[in-house]
Amino acid sequence: MKNERIYQVVTVKEVRVENPTSRSLICAVELPDAQPGQFVMAWLPGVGEKPFSVAYSNPLTITVAAVGPFSQALCRLQPGACLWVRGPLGQGFQPAGKRHLMIGGGYGAAPLLFLARQAIEKGQHVCACLGARSQQELVLIEEFRSVGCEVRICTEDGSCGEKGLVTQITDRAMRDFHPDSLYACGPRPMLLAVLELSRRKRIPAQLSWEALLRCGIGLCGSCELDQEARCQADLPAGWLVCKDGPVSSFYPQ
Amino acid sequence: MNRPSADLACSIAGLKLRNPLVLASGVLGTSPTLLERVARSGAGAVTSKSCGPEPRAGHPNPVALPWGGGVINAVGLTNPGIEQEVPLLIEARQILRAVGVPLIASIFAPTLDDFGRMAAGINQAQPDLIEVNISCPNVGDEFGKPFSASADTAAAVTRLVRQHTSIPFSVKLSPNVTDIAQIAAAVEAEGAHAITAINTVPGMLIDAYAAQPVLSNRVGGLSGWSIKPLALRCVAEIYRAVRIPIIGTGGVSCGLDAAEMIMAGAAALGVGAAVYQRGVEVFAQISEELRDFMTQQGYQDLENMRGIALK
Repeated sequence: MKNERIYQVVTVKEVRVENPTSRSLICAVELPDAQPGQFVMAWLPGVGEKPFSVAYSNPLTITVAAVGPFSQALCRLQPGACLWVRGPLGQGFQPAGKRHLMIGGGYGAAPLLFLARQAIEKGQHVCACLGARSQQELVLIEEFRSVGCEVRICTEDGSCGEKGLVTQITDRAMRDFHPDSLYACGPRPMLLAVLELSRRKRIPAQLSWEALLRCGIGLCGSCELDQEARCQADLPAGWLVCKDGPVSSFYPQ
Repeated sequence: MNRPSADLACSIAGLKLRNPLVLASGVLGTSPTLLERVARSGAGAVTSKSCGPEPRAGHPNPVALPWGGGVINAVGLTNPGIEQEVPLLIEARQILRAVGVPLIASIFAPTLDDFGRMAAGINQAQPDLIEVNISCPNVGDEFGKPFSASADTAAAVTRLVRQHTSIPFSVKLSPNVTDIAQIAAAVEAEGAHAITAINTVPGMLIDAYAAQPVLSNRVGGLSGWSIKPLALRCVAEIYRAVRIPIIGTGGVSCGLDAAEMIMAGAAALGVGAAVYQRGVEVFAQISEELRDFMTQQGYQDLENMRGIALK
């Protein structure tokens, strides 16, 4: 008889420090079916369970910003520690075209790195606009560069790259990089601003939404996207971030 | 030979349903928009997530997990409290009337008196049916033994609800009892209009590597295909004991499951965990499969099929 396991126990192989509050946990396992934009639910017994974008599938990598008790516990894990995961879950990005403009806000850069790697492996072009409040909150800049992306950076306080919001440098990249598609992951106001750019320039956009996830499998209803975001993103009523998303597609009229 | 297509319409407690598939409480019933989505996906009726007197956050993650036998959950009665729930249900009811799908409003309460208050409160939303949840298995630490545990307590809740509302109501029973038929009979005697059976089955799953239960609440409710035989047995026992209609719930995920549940005596069918397996399209899919089965087997309508396995 087979014991159908809920979680896969994975060993943390390497912990990469991304910035003072973020770590990438590189696990000693492959998640071959995972697509960029999909997520896993990570469980630490007795501590909690939260969703994390797959930052790479081979080996499984998640990038964690220590924002609460659970993510702090994850960031304290050392190589050799165990982590319980279920997934991949949700709908990921569906790359379209050959010139991809990726817009990442803070740790929202993580799933985009995975997407960028896949596109570059196919010989396509990627420009990544990465922003954060300050240099300390930027993640994965060197990784984007090393896989061969053109990287543009901005911070709200000007401590790294251009001073301002990521949408500023995105606006410019839309003019001089000539993307076929936009892909964005980051805070909600950033996603709404990307939608506006998409609409104005008539370039399709795929957005990865963040929400409070509980079941992660489309049953509990906790992660329904609110009406404002749903209407702006042209999504149907009752759109669930965990099951219908986290990535939504927007085609400007 | 071409037979006429079978009729899936049914009625419970005066409610007319285009098909017998009811969205079970606790699944996707948290907002008017989600209830609408399920209604538009082909459900015959939809049940809102159980609401109590006060807002509740529910249990911390993990709260719901798929496993080989279906789903185990201990969400912990997350709800906004009756005050915020009523306007949401009014909005839902208006949307659903336009779609032609009845709204069932689920209520729970920590004490007997609160059940009376909840029944009175939910009146303002004027749902088509009230479902009285006396059998949530996931709040034992706070609420103690559920009211569904004995005929006396189940009857007491039923009596109080009856006194506080004129809207028809169904009482949702737990399978975790010695004699579910006796409890169903007691609930019927106090004036319930229908019975929903069964609630999830109390259970526990342990991760051997963690050496811990997987749910933060340690125990939870099992739903999905592994509980179907238990649900069929309970529905059959209740069917023999009462005349009021039964919303048969537990492990219905395809047309044949639906047929079996009706043959055990159900008038309508709750569908919950199957939404995980087959998506929200499951309602239209089961309807189609049930209709095909009935047409092929020569059952003209649900009435022809109800309880025939017990004859």
